[in-house]
Amino acid sequence: MSSFWSIWISVLTLGTLVGCYLLLRWCLNDYTGVKEGESMGHSFDGIEELNNPVPKWWSTFFVLTIVWGFGYLLLYPGLGNWQGLLGWKSSNQGILNIAESKAQTIQSKADGMLIQYDREIASADAKYGPIFEAYAARSIEDLATDTKALKVGQRLFLQNCSQCHGSDARGTTGFPNLADKDWLYGGSPEAIKHSIMNGRNANGMMAWQGALGGEQGVKDVAAYVISLSGREVDPVAAEAGKAKFALCAACHGAEGQGSLAMGIPLGAPNLTDNTWLYGGSQRAVEESIRNGRAGVMPAWSHILGAEKVHVISAYVYSLSQD
Amino acid sequence: MTNKHKNQHEKIETNIGLFIFFTVIAISIGGLVEITPLFFQKALTTPVDNLRPYTALEMEGRDIYIRDGCHVCHSQMIRPFRAETERYGHYSVAGEHVWEHPFLWGSKRTGPDLARVGGRYSDDWHIAHLIDPRSVVPESNMPSFKWLSENILDGELTKKKLETFNWLTRNRSHKDEQGNAIPLYSKEELDGAKAAVKGKTEMDALVAYLQSLGHALK
Repeated sequence: MSSFWSIWISVLTLGTLVGCYLLLRWCLNDYTGVKEGESMGHSFDGIEELNNPVPKWWSTFFVLTIVWGFGYLLLYPGLGNWQGLLGWKSSNQGILNIAESKAQTIQSKADGMLIQYDREIASADAKYGPIFEAYAARSIEDLATDTKALKVGQRLFLQNCSQCHGSDARGTTGFPNLADKDWLYGGSPEAIKHSIMNGRNANGMMAWQGALGGEQGVKDVAAYVISLSGREVDPVAAEAGKAKFALCAACHGAEGQGSLAMGIPLGAPNLTDNTWLYGGSQRAVEESIRNGRAGVMPAWSHILGAEKVHVISAYVYSLSQD
Repeated sequence: MTNKHKNQHEKIETNIGLFIFFTVIAISIGGLVEITPLFFQKALTTPVDNLRPYTALEMEGRDIYIRDGCHVCHSQMIRPFRAETERYGHYSVAGEHVWEHPFLWGSKRTGPDLARVGGRYSDDWHIAHLIDPRSVVPESNMPSFKWLSENILDGELTKKKLETFNWLTRNRSHKDEQGNAIPLYSKEELDGAKAAVKGKTEMDALVAYLQSLGHALK
């Protein structure tokens, strides 16, 4: 802050405090010429104003608040560039990027500043840090058998993941069920952790209506796809769809077994298990083929950090074990 | 036997004009001390390093955010408390907001803070959630905004909006190596503004805006 504004603030603030005191002093003087306790000479609705001074306790408290104000301004940063004797701040100021924020936290600790937010975080880290550290040192398989760790994982899941995957992790249309054994990108502990840390940005299924020769092609392929799960469909349509399925095989595999079964992380679902991310009705499957689909799992590493993701991974992993 | 000469206070009490004059002075002091100096603080007028202007589509989304009153229930201001940063991310800093006109900090959280909601959910989730919030969050009490996917933007005012923001932020934009201000939007961006939102729905715009929130401090 430039010294002009520092002086501006200090003069106005201190001037106001002094001014308040002088105003009180001035108003306590009796200029009325009326004796104390006697009528000021006017009444309204039978209520008469008497010349009574303000109560002593009131004016004493008024002065005390001013004294308090000076004490406060001495201890805390209220007067321009004056930092206060306590070195207190609510948080670090003037941050322009995350690296700077971290650097300031270290710097103000070294300077003995009392940054309230940093202190709060430090005391929480001291309390919870060792817990997550101990969890991070154990494998996800191991954590998935630890009821205490799973409880922590579940809380984190409810807070951060349930909005899409549901509070029971069973997902909803467009958002995968994590409690079954059907995986788009793999259900191994490593694959789950990778999905959470880095997200999964599906290449996306393109819209196929054009390439399939219009609406009839969409209907035929949909019939064939549904038949892969052993459901009854119009055999003529399914037969016609089968011929066109070659286009789909690049990602979903020749048998529609999905990209995971082929060992490639494309996120193209298995079409033979009657599990449907976007609905398994004829209409829903047609819609997927017609306009394509592109599910996105956001990356969480920068939001939650590796240690928390590790515990969440254990929770998610545990849901499909047994 | 009132001493008129000494009892100046009675003058203020009985003269409405004088009373207003001194009242205005008294209530101005707080603003002069707490607000006025902020306009001249470097820390409050310098954009954070990664701040980028809203795209034309995001800018339209921002106006829909205002029109439909999102800011009435959602704040965009993460305070420096652990209880907030654990859930929402790094606390909000001044440099993230220097190009905001008006600020959309809000003052009430019926729903969660949105200052860093960008990238937390997929576009699909936002669309499902805005059409029917309870389809993804069963306990939500947010209203449905399903008309957003039916309304198409006409883009008539998009260029004007970007130009206005160029003007509003003329003293607070990023600087090039020579220290010259870089306007938020170049001439090409202004000219392409209408085309950039052509055919998009209000839903597209609002989701784009939401996905941009918090981009500058990650």
